[in-house]
Amino acid sequence: MLRDYLPIAVLFALGVLIGGAFLGLSACIGRKRPTAEKLAPYECGLDPVSSPRQRFSVKFFLVAMVFLLFDVEVTFLFPWAVLVRRFTESGLGTFIFVEGLLFIFVLAIGLVYVWRRGALEWEK
Amino acid sequence: MLVDILKPLVVVFVVLNFIPLLIWFERKGSAYIQDRRGPNRAAILGIRLGGMLHNLADVVKLLTKEDIVPTRAHRFFYFIAPMIAMFVATVTIGVIPFAAPLAIGERSFTFQVADLNAGLLYVLAMGSLGVYGVMLAGWAANNNYTMLGGLRASAQMISYEVAMGLAVVALLLSAGTVNLTAIVEAQRGPLWAWYGFTQPLALVLFCTALLAETNRNPFDLPEGESELVAGYHTEYSSMKFALFFMAEYAHIVVGACLITALFAGGWHIPWIDWAYVRQQLELFVRPTLVGFGVCSMLVGGLLCRRFLRRYSTARYGDLRDYESLVFGIGGLLAGIGVLGAAALLPDDLSIAPFTRDLLVALAQISVFLTKVVFFCWCFIWVRWTLPRFRYDQLMRLGWKVMVPLALANIAVTAAIVALG
Repeated sequence: MLRDYLPIAVLFALGVLIGGAFLGLSACIGRKRPTAEKLAPYECGLDPVSSPRQRFSVKFFLVAMVFLLFDVEVTFLFPWAVLVRRFTESGLGTFIFVEGLLFIFVLAIGLVYVWRRGALEWEK
Repeated sequence: MLVDILKPLVVVFVVLNFIPLLIWFERKGSAYIQDRRGPNRAAILGIRLGGMLHNLADVVKLLTKEDIVPTRAHRFFYFIAPMIAMFVATVTIGVIPFAAPLAIGERSFTFQVADLNAGLLYVLAMGSLGVYGVMLAGWAANNNYTMLGGLRASAQMISYEVAMGLAVVALLLSAGTVNLTAIVEAQRGPLWAWYGFTQPLALVLFCTALLAETNRNPFDLPEGESELVAGYHTEYSSMKFALFFMAEYAHIVVGACLITALFAGGWHIPWIDWAYVRQQLELFVRPTLVGFGVCSMLVGGLLCRRFLRRYSTARYGDLRDYESLVFGIGGLLAGIGVLGAAALLPDDLSIAPFTRDLLVALAQISVFLTKVVFFCWCFIWVRWTLPRFRYDQLMRLGWKVMVPLALANIAVTAAIVALG
C-alpha cells in the first residue's frame, strides 16, 4: 500500500530538484552588479510612495471563507459520487439519490444565502 | 525498485520537453493568428527549425541574466515561491496513465508514475497547492503590483477550484471510481462513450476552471500587463521568472492530460478495440507504415515545392534559404524508406507476444499524446482568440454561473445514474 507511493516520493524529490537546480544555476552563472536603484521595488520608475503591506479589500477574505466552506462540502460529495453506482446496483438507488440531493440542496441554500447577502458582489 | 525511480524520471523528462514545444506553439501560433511570421532569427548553422531554436536561445539568455533580489523582499519566501510553482506543476503528472497497463507474467506494468487508488483526488489535492506559489510570490516581493497580482490570483484560483471539484463530481457519478485507468477504460467503444459526450456540461466547466487555474487568458488578470505590469512575478528576474513561466506551461500539459484521460477517451480510438488490435496486429502494421510514409512524403514534397518556389527570390541570401530543402529532402527520403519497409514486409508476418504488447502500448501512448497536443493547442488557441475578463465579471462567472450549473449537473446526473 505505502509502497505504491514510492514513485510519488521520487517525483516530489524531482520537483524540488528541478526548481532548486534552475535557481542555483542562474544564481551562479548570472552576472551580479547590484545598485540601490536596481534593487528597489519596481514602480514604473518612481520611488514607491506606499508599502504594499497595508489593509486590502475585505472581499478577498470573504472569497477565501466562502471557498473554505464550499470546498469542504465538495470534498464530502466525492465519496458519495463514487458510491452512487454501487448503491444503485444493490437496489438502494432512490435512497442514495435522495440523500445526495438533500446534501446538495443544503449546499445550494448556502450559496443562495451568500448570494443574497451580497458576498459575491464584487463591484460594490 | 529501479522502475519506481525510472518512471518518474521518464515522465518528468517528457513533460519538460513538452514545455519548449508549447512555447514554440504559442509563438508561432499567435503569430499566424495575428497574421505575422513569428520567431525566425535564432539559428545554428542556418538551421532555425522554424523558430524552435529561439527556445534554446531563451534558456541561455535567462540563465545568464542577473539574479535580482529586491532589498525589501522577504528572502526565504521570495526564493521558495517559484520552486513551489514548479513543484506543483511537476508532481500533478503523477497519476496520469499514458497507456493501458501491460501484463508481464503475473505482474502488471503501468504506464503512469504511480497507480494510486486516490487517483483523481491526488491530482486535485496537488493542483490546489499551486495557489501557495502565486500568493507567496506576490506577498514576498513586497511590491504593490505583485501584491495585487498575488491577491487576485489566489482569489481567482480558489474560486474556480470549487467549480472544478463540482464538475469532476458529476464525472465521478458516471464513472463510479477515482482511478484514472478505470475511468479511461470505461470510455472504450464508440465516440459517444467518451465522457466528453455524455457529460458535455462537465467538460465545459472543467475546461473553463482549468483555464482559470492555470491563470491563462481569458483569466490572466493576475498578470494583466495593462493594469499590474506583470502581476505576481513583476519582481522576478532570470531563472526565477523562467520557473513561473515553465510552471504555467507544465500546468497546461497536465491539464491537457487530464482532459484527455477524463473526457476524451485517453488512449482509446473510437470504435477500435485494443484487444482486437493486439490479436490482429499483423493486419495493422502495413497500413500504419504506409500511412506514415505517405504523410512524410507529402510534408517533404510540400517543403521541397516551397523551396523551389522561393529559391529564385533568395530572401535571406544565406543558409536559411536552404532550410526547407533540408527538411523537405529528409521527409521525402524518410517517406521512401518507410514505404520501402512496408513493401518489403513478409506476407506471413508473425510478431512475438511481447513485441506485440510493446507495439500496442507504443500505439496507445502515441494516441494519448496526440490528444494531449491537440488540447494544449486549444489552450493556446483560446488565449489568442478571447479578450480578458474584467475582475468582477470573472468572480461572477465563477460563483454565480459555474457553481450553480455544476450543482444542477450533479443533480441531473445523479438522477440518471440512480433512478434511470
